[in-house]
Amino acid sequence: MTTAAAGTADLYGLIAEYDTPEQVLAAAEAARKAGYTRMDAYTPHPVEGLDDALGLAPTNLGFVVLAMGLFGAAAGYFLQWYSAAVFYPLNIGGRPLHDWPTYVVITFEVTVLLAAFTAGLFMLARNGLPRPYHPVFNTPGFERATRDGYYLCIESADPAFAEDAVRGFLEGTQPVSVQAVVR
Amino acid sequence: MAVVTGAPRKVVETNRVIAPGQTAGAIDDVVNTPVLVGPQRTPAWWWIGFGITLSLLGLYLVSIVHLITTGVGIFGNNQPVSWAMPIINFVWWIGIGHAGTLISAALLLFRQPWRTSINRFAEAMTIFAVVCAGLYPILHIGRPWVFYWLMPYPNTHGMFPNFRSALTWDVFAISTYASVSLLFWFIGLIPDLATLRDSAKSRFQKLVYGALALGWNGSAKAWQRYMRAYLLLAALSFPLVLSVHSTIAMDFAISQVPGWNNTVMPPYFVAGAVFAGFAMVLLLAIPLRRAFGFEHLITLRHLDNAAKLMLATGMIVVYGYVVEIFYAWYSGVEFEKYMAYNRVLGADHWWAFWALIACNLLAIQPLWFRRVRQTPWALFLISIFVSIGMWLERFVIVVVSLTKDFLPSSWGGYVPTFWDWALYIGSFGLFGTLFLLFLRLLPAIATTEMKELAHHDAHHGVDAYESIREAYYRGEVRA
Repeated sequence: MTTAAAGTADLYGLIAEYDTPEQVLAAAEAARKAGYTRMDAYTPHPVEGLDDALGLAPTNLGFVVLAMGLFGAAAGYFLQWYSAAVFYPLNIGGRPLHDWPTYVVITFEVTVLLAAFTAGLFMLARNGLPRPYHPVFNTPGFERATRDGYYLCIESADPAFAEDAVRGFLEGTQPVSVQAVVR
Repeated sequence: MAVVTGAPRKVVETNRVIAPGQTAGAIDDVVNTPVLVGPQRTPAWWWIGFGITLSLLGLYLVSIVHLITTGVGIFGNNQPVSWAMPIINFVWWIGIGHAGTLISAALLLFRQPWRTSINRFAEAMTIFAVVCAGLYPILHIGRPWVFYWLMPYPNTHGMFPNFRSALTWDVFAISTYASVSLLFWFIGLIPDLATLRDSAKSRFQKLVYGALALGWNGSAKAWQRYMRAYLLLAALSFPLVLSVHSTIAMDFAISQVPGWNNTVMPPYFVAGAVFAGFAMVLLLAIPLRRAFGFEHLITLRHLDNAAKLMLATGMIVVYGYVVEIFYAWYSGVEFEKYMAYNRVLGADHWWAFWALIACNLLAIQPLWFRRVRQTPWALFLISIFVSIGMWLERFVIVVVSLTKDFLPSSWGGYVPTFWDWALYIGSFGLFGTLFLLFLRLLPAIATTEMKELAHHDAHHGVDAYESIREAYYRGEVRA
């Protein structure tokens, strides 16, 4: 590739393509040890251990879901207590107005509803989806990434990024190919 | 790539969760090719099936128009049988849906590798069954256009629903179940939609699947969050599915009608739901694997396991029948005792109870034998019996209990009308149409998860007992 003047500004990163998950796992491990921090792997299916190999922080999705689930429980209970005991008190067979056992089912359902939608939608939002454009899609042949190709991309935003050094490093990990990703 | 041909294929059946030697590319080709081929290459069986289901859907729509323009008087419901076909069919459909969620959620949590190839279409089955079920309560409330009065919202009437009523619990349970199932299904589909986007040939397909895939690129960070979200959704869906059918059971159990007022109802309804649901999974899986040539992905092992679950839950359901009759006697309540007598030996409906025993107890007994569990046509036949049996069970509980409850002067009878049947048969049209569209437009098998499974299988073996089991079935090892 010719390193023209416009090259580095337009360069998103260098991407290496592998045939197996084991290769991309080993390459990611090596890249982390070589001191690269701004990188990501692209795989057709989740590869166990790849997040550790890349040095990714664990996701905090669970705490968000827990918080929203608890909020859902409180909201569901409040809805029933407020409407059945305060706003529109209904005397059903002389039962107490605040009869918590009959509130259990709806409290549970609202908890699950809020927790589940938080899990799904918060995951999409944190992943930046929906997102119609991503530079990595400019890689020729990137269709393999959802079929049977495994990719490792070291981004130009990495403090240690130097195009020739990164290319040399990636070529040392026995990839099928190393390509430049332009924005 | 010529997968969708009518040419006879040599099928090599296997007892493994996935046939040996599957590669990621091969899985994509066999699952996605029937989805991506042009309309002119849609197989003939699909058009025939679609024609049938579309006609039934027409019957369904005609019934709904007649219902809305005329009123619920077109049904056979009366006093004392105020709950009849609409409730029976509602419970029947929603029960069928439950197997899909259990396959995708419970089997994921229990790390059962055999869930992978059947979860996607089973989840689709769940959603379509919930659609069919959910329409019944809305349609039979009499004024369907104000169904939203069931929801609590600030309104000019200044009123709120009665939160002490199991029917209000139902509104929340069903709507939560429908929306969470849809979300779970869609989240699961995203990577598969990205695969379709990347293998699509026409621009139109690229646009549609590309938009639906939301720009998924399979990055490691995205997968990390995705897997956590998927696990959480499974963990939330599992108790949800148990709560939904328990709540439906409480519609009956917290009333005073003899035959309904029973603490065994919630667990026994859940078991019945799984029983009927696995029957429907088999009714769909057996033709599906044949039509698409999925025999190496949906293997005999899947059929075998589904049949075992059907047998186990079927026996729990039969235990429920026994407990109901035992408690009728043990309670010493005269109305309960008469209910049990009337259900089993009563002049009007004894046939329903004994047909139910024939379908739900006798017809499933051959499933004790491995040879039956691995014979697709036999499983198909038994599943039909189970589906009929589970419909009869709800008929016995709903109608037979209501016809003769307390005062003999208030006893009555029940005969379904033409429109009762039309709305029921028509609902098969709704289910079938949606399911056939799903088969044509979306991958019936979760390709992403299958690739992971194939990779695990090639390197570590998906299950430690796999090779031992294979050898045992070949007769090389004795237990």
